[in-house]
Amino acid sequence: MSLTILAGGLLSSVQGRTRIGWRHLGVGGSGALDAFSFAVANLLAGNVADAATIEITLAGPRLHFDDAARIAICGAEIDANVDGQALPSWRRIDIPAGSELRLGTCRRGARAYLAIAGGLDIECVLGSPSTDLRAGFGGVAGRTLQAGDRLDWAGGFHPQCERAVIDTRWIDPAPDLDFSAAPIIHVLPAGDALANAEALFTGTWKVGTASNRQGLRLEGAQLQIADPRERISEPVFPGTLQLPPDGQPILLLADAQTHGGYPRIGHVIHADWPRLAQLRAGDSLRFVPCDARQAQQKRLEQRQRLARMAIAIAAKG
Amino acid sequence: MSSAFNVETLGEDALLLRFGHAIDPQTNRRVHACAAALARQRPPWLLDIVPAFSTLALAIDVEAFNDSSEPLADARRWLESLDPGRPGADIDEDARRHEIPLHYGGEHGPDLEALARHAGLSVAQVIALHTAVEYRVGMLGFAPGFPYLIGMDERLSMPRHATPRTRVQAGSVGIAGAQTGIYPGTGPGGWQIIGRTDAILFDATQERPALLEPGDRVRFIDIDARQESSS
Repeated sequence: MSLTILAGGLLSSVQGRTRIGWRHLGVGGSGALDAFSFAVANLLAGNVADAATIEITLAGPRLHFDDAARIAICGAEIDANVDGQALPSWRRIDIPAGSELRLGTCRRGARAYLAIAGGLDIECVLGSPSTDLRAGFGGVAGRTLQAGDRLDWAGGFHPQCERAVIDTRWIDPAPDLDFSAAPIIHVLPAGDALANAEALFTGTWKVGTASNRQGLRLEGAQLQIADPRERISEPVFPGTLQLPPDGQPILLLADAQTHGGYPRIGHVIHADWPRLAQLRAGDSLRFVPCDARQAQQKRLEQRQRLARMAIAIAAKG
Repeated sequence: MSSAFNVETLGEDALLLRFGHAIDPQTNRRVHACAAALARQRPPWLLDIVPAFSTLALAIDVEAFNDSSEPLADARRWLESLDPGRPGADIDEDARRHEIPLHYGGEHGPDLEALARHAGLSVAQVIALHTAVEYRVGMLGFAPGFPYLIGMDERLSMPRHATPRTRVQAGSVGIAGAQTGIYPGTGPGGWQIIGRTDAILFDATQERPALLEPGDRVRFIDIDARQESSS
């Protein structure tokens, strides 16, 4: 079973589970930036929640399906059609062999996930199929998808249809994703205090244009570190809020480097990472302080919502 | 083994063990000794053990814990219960040793002469000082397989370029401040480049993808000098 990329889109890459266990060698985690939409897309397609998918950024690719496929598109609100027939997100869709799937622009949000029943058949590198775009390995030759790339998926499901068949049932991504307002992002305290502790939590932050899978560059009030001495490099992780000397924080995402020398001023909780992945340049966000108990509560609630979705999707076959 | 370090939290699923605040060989040896001890007793929920110069991060799989437990508190208790293991000085028995052959200067080391001028030394003296000592891999970071080597002669210290080069060749050996390191891949970089090796520093398809691992010991060999003396 295979498909051919006709046009790669702005920045499309194969992303699956996080690459774990190699940070001591300077290898970051990579993987789906919005792990929630990624998991739902896989569940709708009938996959395990962490099968390899195509992550789409802002403007999607065009794909030719050599074989019939069951697919799902989740995440950003994205224009999608198969041979002229509009396709909704958050649903199971069967498409016939020979279909041309066009993924257009994201109207709201920044990242969408295309899952295919069976999961993309991608060779794992260091335990994961995910593309490490900075280091140049994983996925398809360690790079973004380009016209001419062929992707295979494991067979096993062969929908019989002459045109796209859209399931009537759909998943509501709220409250995990909500594109209607600036998101509220919960922050755990970190080791380096600000001169004015409240400054992070007053006012809104705007996402800068230099943002990417490595991190969001935030623009807003100029922050000052209480102890401005120079630091040596220490481990950092996705979710870490760093403060460079210019006073404008950088919020690290899935492609975060493994070590950094800037002060750490906070850590965004896991449950809010999907919302971060959906922010685009010019969008705003707000931070609120949070403690470990709330972080755990929100993580468990999100996991339970995903578990309920998995049961509902499986039960309806 | 809790007396050797302070424990800080990094968000909801990582701990930071702090052995100090500066780059010094003794502190770094304790980091690597602790990392090795933890690796020997590694529980399944310990996803990553990430050494740095004076700190060691532990990434924890919080999903592996009971929903009603506090994973980071449980991980701290596990740390406190550990057998302290062998003292840190013993890691030298385990540390792998490497000899890295280098071409110094010329097209391979475009900054070698400027560094010699900066240091007030001859090019030959710079090479002699750079090859004289055994370095320790303090940590890997910046890019996969990029080693930050500790132990360089202080006379070779030089700040990095104010504006980074847009293209540094894979295998280039550079100096930044008091550290020396090797670029595993070709790309932009700001270190003062004094030489280059043909050794492959990182190959993601290999079972041990990085040539140099945290705590390893490294010597540089001036291959051009060796060839001259043997001819």
